[in-house]
Amino acid sequence: MGSPDDARPFRRQGDRFAVDLPHGAREALRRLAGQYRDLLRDEDPSSDPGVARLFPPAREDDPLANLEYEHAAHDGLMAGRLANIAVLERTAGNTTLAEGELLAWMAVANDLRLVLGTRLGLTEETTEGEFADDPERREAFDVYGFLSALVGTILDALPEPVG
Amino acid sequence: MKVAPVEVKRPVGDEVHEPDLPWVVIVWNDPINLMSYVTWVFQKLFGYPREKAERLMMDVHTKGKAVVSSGPKQRAESDVSRLHAHGLWATMQKDT
Repeated sequence: MGSPDDARPFRRQGDRFAVDLPHGAREALRRLAGQYRDLLRDEDPSSDPGVARLFPPAREDDPLANLEYEHAAHDGLMAGRLANIAVLERTAGNTTLAEGELLAWMAVANDLRLVLGTRLGLTEETTEGEFADDPERREAFDVYGFLSALVGTILDALPEPVG
Repeated sequence: MKVAPVEVKRPVGDEVHEPDLPWVVIVWNDPINLMSYVTWVFQKLFGYPREKAERLMMDVHTKGKAVVSSGPKQRAESDVSRLHAHGLWATMQKDT
């Protein structure tokens, strides 16, 4: 048996990160990234609560200011999300990643957690038992768990942010 | 926020002293973002030391919200959109 370090899916190596993920997990990520792009293309905040969670209002109770904010910020937020998706799709099979590429993986994974978690109506107390009788929601919760573990292991591998 | 399987030390003091500036940026609790992720975002975006980032994260988690930055309106708008880009639920308001 190897050292515990060998089991880590993301490991810092100088200024890059070694990726040790099974082929199936990489393919799942690539597929999810494509589905995420389709979702951003086909839905908007008014048609899908999961998408709305990605583009929140900037004020609690000022609809006019929120329209202005949406006008000013939406395209930039969308462009950033699409760029992260493209990076993940391009690098899903890589054995090493630059830090910027790893951050794009984490961003896509976290965005998808927000979409899935919002659609599932998750609370801090939600357990998988709640979806036992609903295979479709159970599957979504399993994907959510996979993405949560991915975000956690990426955070573990990243160096402390410098201010 | 979802409780991640990590130990987070509770801060000693919970007073955050900010200069008197006209706009504040507030991050609201949500059941999805990981506590470790929220701490990382505060460090990454604002350059806060880990202790301060964890204290703000715990405020969001236990009190439901926390003021994470303050400044002129344009700066607050920029902070809000950077937080939104990272999936956090953030709003801005005039300081009262």
